[in-house]
Amino acid sequence: MRRFLLPVMTIWWREIIRFRRQRSRWVSAIAQPLVFWILLGGGLNASFRPAGVPEGTDYIEYFYPGIVTLVLLFTAIFATISVVQDRREGFLQGVLVAPVSRWCVVLGQALGGTTLALLQGALFLCFVPVIGVPLSVVSVLSMIGVMMLLAFGLTNLGLMIAWRMESTQGFHAIMNLILIPIWLLSGAFFPVSGVPVLLEWAMKFNPLTYGVAALRRCLYLGNPTIAGEIPQLTLSLLVVSLFCAVTYFSAACMAYRRPNVA
Amino acid sequence: MACIEVENLRHAYGSRQALAGVTFHISQRELFAFLGPNGSGKTTLFKMLSTLIPVTHGQARILGYNLVHESSAIRKHLGVVFQHPSLDEKLTVLENLRHHGHLYGLWGRSLRGRIQTVLDHLDLGDRAGDLVETLSGGLQRRAELAKAMLHQPKVLLLDEPSTGLDPGARRNFRASLARLRDNDGVTVVLTTHILDDAEGCDRVGILDAGQLVAVGTPDELKERVAADVVMIATDAPEQLRMKISQQFGYESILLDRSLRVECRQGHEFVRDVITAFPDEIQSARFGKPTLEDVFIKLTGHRFRGEEEQHQ
Repeated sequence: MRRFLLPVMTIWWREIIRFRRQRSRWVSAIAQPLVFWILLGGGLNASFRPAGVPEGTDYIEYFYPGIVTLVLLFTAIFATISVVQDRREGFLQGVLVAPVSRWCVVLGQALGGTTLALLQGALFLCFVPVIGVPLSVVSVLSMIGVMMLLAFGLTNLGLMIAWRMESTQGFHAIMNLILIPIWLLSGAFFPVSGVPVLLEWAMKFNPLTYGVAALRRCLYLGNPTIAGEIPQLTLSLLVVSLFCAVTYFSAACMAYRRPNVA
Repeated sequence: MACIEVENLRHAYGSRQALAGVTFHISQRELFAFLGPNGSGKTTLFKMLSTLIPVTHGQARILGYNLVHESSAIRKHLGVVFQHPSLDEKLTVLENLRHHGHLYGLWGRSLRGRIQTVLDHLDLGDRAGDLVETLSGGLQRRAELAKAMLHQPKVLLLDEPSTGLDPGARRNFRASLARLRDNDGVTVVLTTHILDDAEGCDRVGILDAGQLVAVGTPDELKERVAADVVMIATDAPEQLRMKISQQFGYESILLDRSLRVECRQGHEFVRDVITAFPDEIQSARFGKPTLEDVFIKLTGHRFRGEEEQHQ
C-alpha cells in the first residue's frame, strides 16, 4: 500500500508546490473565467433569456455553474500542460525510470490537477451572493463534491491528451478544437432546449453536460424547480463518475503506450 | 561476476538502425564508458539499459534480471542520470531529493538520513535549500548525481554526464564517480563523446554507427595504434602539410591550426621536422596515441565528437 500511496502523494505534492511558485497561473485560471462571466454574462443578461428556465432566472445567474465549470476546465488544462513541460524539460524521465507504476504517476498528476482546480472552483463560490441564490451548507458541500469529481475527470481528459503531445503549442490547438467546444456544448453557455437536433444530440452525449447539470442541481438544492429542464442529480452524478473512471483508465493507458520519452 | 550482460542488442527507429547488434559484459564495481560520436547509438543503448526503451531484439540482463520482462525489478537497483536535467528547477535541491526518495519508497527518518549522506558526499549541504534554477551547471550536475544515488542503486547509468560542464567541474564530477565505485561498490556505466571522460574509466567500449567496434582498458585500446602521434602548431597548415608529405612521406590530419602526424619514431620526426621548417612551426608536441587515434584506426574516419569537445 505504501509503495502505491507514497509515489501518488509525492507527485501530487509537487504539483501543488509548483503551482504555489507560479503566481501567473493563479491569475490566469481565476481572472479569465471571471472576465468571461462579467462580460458575457453581463452583456447577454439584457437581451438573452435562456429557454426552458423558469421566470426570474436571468442570464448571469444561468451562466454561473457554466463558468465554475470553465474554471475547473482551465485549471485542469494548465495542470496537464505541465506534463508536456515535464517531458520537454526531462523531469518526467526521472519519474519513468523509478519503480513506480504508471497508474500511480497518472493518479498523482490527476489528483494534483484536481486539487488546484478545486481550490479555484471553491474560491469562485464566493460569487454566489452576487447572483442572489441562497446557499445552504449542504448545497455548498455538495457543489464542492461535484467539482471534485468534475475536476478529476477533466484533468484526466487533459492528461490523456498531454501524454501524447510533443509540444505545448499542439496542446493549445487541442484545447480550442476539443475542450472549449465540449464546454460550449455542455449547457454551460446555453440550455439544451430549443437547439437544433444535431446540437441537441451532441449535448446529450457530452459528459460535461451532466457535470454542469449536477452543479446546477446542487446550487438549487433547496428549490429544484429553478434548475430547469436538465438531467436529474443521480443520473448526472452517475455519468460524471463514469467519465472520471473512463478518463483515468485511458490516461493511464496512454502513459503505458508512451514508454519512450524525450 | 557480470553485472550487465548484453547479447546482440538491436534497435531501430523506423528504417534507421540505431543499434546493430551489440554484445558486451560489464563486471560489478567497474567504471565503464561507451565512447562514440553523436549518432553512434550510445543514447539508444543508454535508454534501453535504463528501461525507457523496451528491448525487442536481443538479450540483456542487469544484476541477473532479464531486461525484457523484469524491468520493474531492475528499476529499484538503477540510478539514472540523464543528459538533460531531470531535476525540477522550481523545487529546491532538498525538495527534489525528497520527491525522488518517495518515488523509491523511502520516507521518514531513513529518507532524511539518506538525503544528508548524499548531500555530504557531494558537498551540497549548504545549497540544499536553494532552488535548482539558481545553481550553476556544475552544481546542478552534482545534484543530479545526488538524486540518482539517493536510493543506493547498485548500478549507476549516466548519459553524457559532462555535457555543458567546464573542465574543472568535469574533473570534479569524474572524481565523484570514481569515489562511488571505490567506496560504495557501485557499477558505473556512462556514455560520452568526450575523450577525457573515457580515459579515466576502467574499460571503454567504442561505438560507431550502432556497432561496438572495440572494448578494452584505455591502455589496451591504445596499444592497437602502433605509432606515435606528433601535433604541430603552425600558421600555414596547408602548405606545411604538403611539405611534410613531400619530404617525409607522412600524411597528416588538419585540426584547427594544427597538424596531426602519426609516425613510427615520433621523437626523431619532431627533431627532423623542426630542423627542416624552423620558421613555419610554432610548436611541436610528441605523444602516445589517444583514444581518438584508436577510433580513427578502427573506424577509418574522424571522431565527429571532436567539435563539441573543443567548445
